[in-house]
Amino acid sequence: MKKISIKPLAAAFAVCALALFNQAAVAQDATLKIDEPWVRATVPNQHATGVFMRLTSSAAGRLVAVESDAAKHVEVHEMAMQDNVMKMRQVPGIDLPAGQAVELKPGGYHVMLIDLARQITPGDHIALTLVVEDAKQQQRRVPVDAIARPLNASAAPAADHAHKK
Amino acid sequence: MHSPFLHAPAGAAHDHAPDPRRRLLLSSLALLALTGCGPDAPKLHGMDLSGMPTGDFQLQDTSGQERRLADYRGHPVMLFFGFTQCPDICPTALTRAIEIKGLLGADADKLRILFITVDPERDTPEILRAYTQAFDPGFIGLRGTAEQTRAAAQSFKVFYQKVPTGSSYTMDHTALTYLIDAKGTLRAALRHQQTAEECAQDLRTLL
Ligand SMILES: [Cu+2]
Repeated sequence: MKKISIKPLAAAFAVCALALFNQAAVAQDATLKIDEPWVRATVPNQHATGVFMRLTSSAAGRLVAVESDAAKHVEVHEMAMQDNVMKMRQVPGIDLPAGQAVELKPGGYHVMLIDLARQITPGDHIALTLVVEDAKQQQRRVPVDAIARPLNASAAPAADHAHKK
Repeated sequence: MHSPFLHAPAGAAHDHAPDPRRRLLLSSLALLALTGCGPDAPKLHGMDLSGMPTGDFQLQDTSGQERRLADYRGHPVMLFFGFTQCPDICPTALTRAIEIKGLLGADADKLRILFITVDPERDTPEILRAYTQAFDPGFIGLRGTAEQTRAAAQSFKVFYQKVPTGSSYTMDHTALTYLIDAKGTLRAALRHQQTAEECAQDLRTLL
């Protein structure tokens, strides 16, 4: 971008090109459907929180990393209950089988934001980038905009999932 | 939910992970829950802990006041151990507590809901206060020194341990909600998977 001169026509062209490029980037990722991305809001000085969403990949792939400016560290975690003890562990990635919805939700997988840059209040938009690997181990980056739900948001707040187990 | 990595790495804990005493306790709890305590025992969704010794604690609330379980005598108590950096189990349990209060109607005012942090290192009184208040202004956050926290957890047979993650640490912890009646007697433990409706039913049966 910096090499483009500031002539109005060139600038207009640059904006168009950028818009096209962005569209292309999104279109390229028609393979990955991201539903209901949300992040749990925090209280002042709280260092960490979780991000949740539903991922459906039309081709087999794997979520290998997540990036965000919202926190110093972003990790993919799994939560599990063993003998009524909750255990949370970092996982190297999450498999995305073709055509099968994979839920990142309370009680299971989630993206963990650690050492938050600032407090997250309900309604905030948090930008993340999912790094997805396809079967040929080609990586691509998929942007996500997660909206902050209140701290006390329950596992399935969306109306259509109200009593889904 | 079933991955091998969930077995805590040996040596990562300050507590012994597969404590045989805890296993024994948990299996006897499970047995109690299955059989009840005789033919007259009320049917509970949670584990019936009647007859088990009630635990106690010596901690501070978020205004700095020293607190023991006896301070809440006269009120049924829901008691939970957790930590504020927990991305989902603790918020889900506290959100369920709000729903339970809603289901209990007028009786909910008597109920005291206590949240004891197992991570006093990071959960300062300020964070703990903001956190519990964000759920419900009536929720009571309790914290103590490392030693007081250990004693409180031990007395309720609650297990917790620090586990390093890539860049930080997290806390494994028992995710049961304990029900203590107004006389200060331990009655039951609600499992994390139980619905607010099931919890409210147990509370109505017991308290
Ligand atoms: Cu986590």
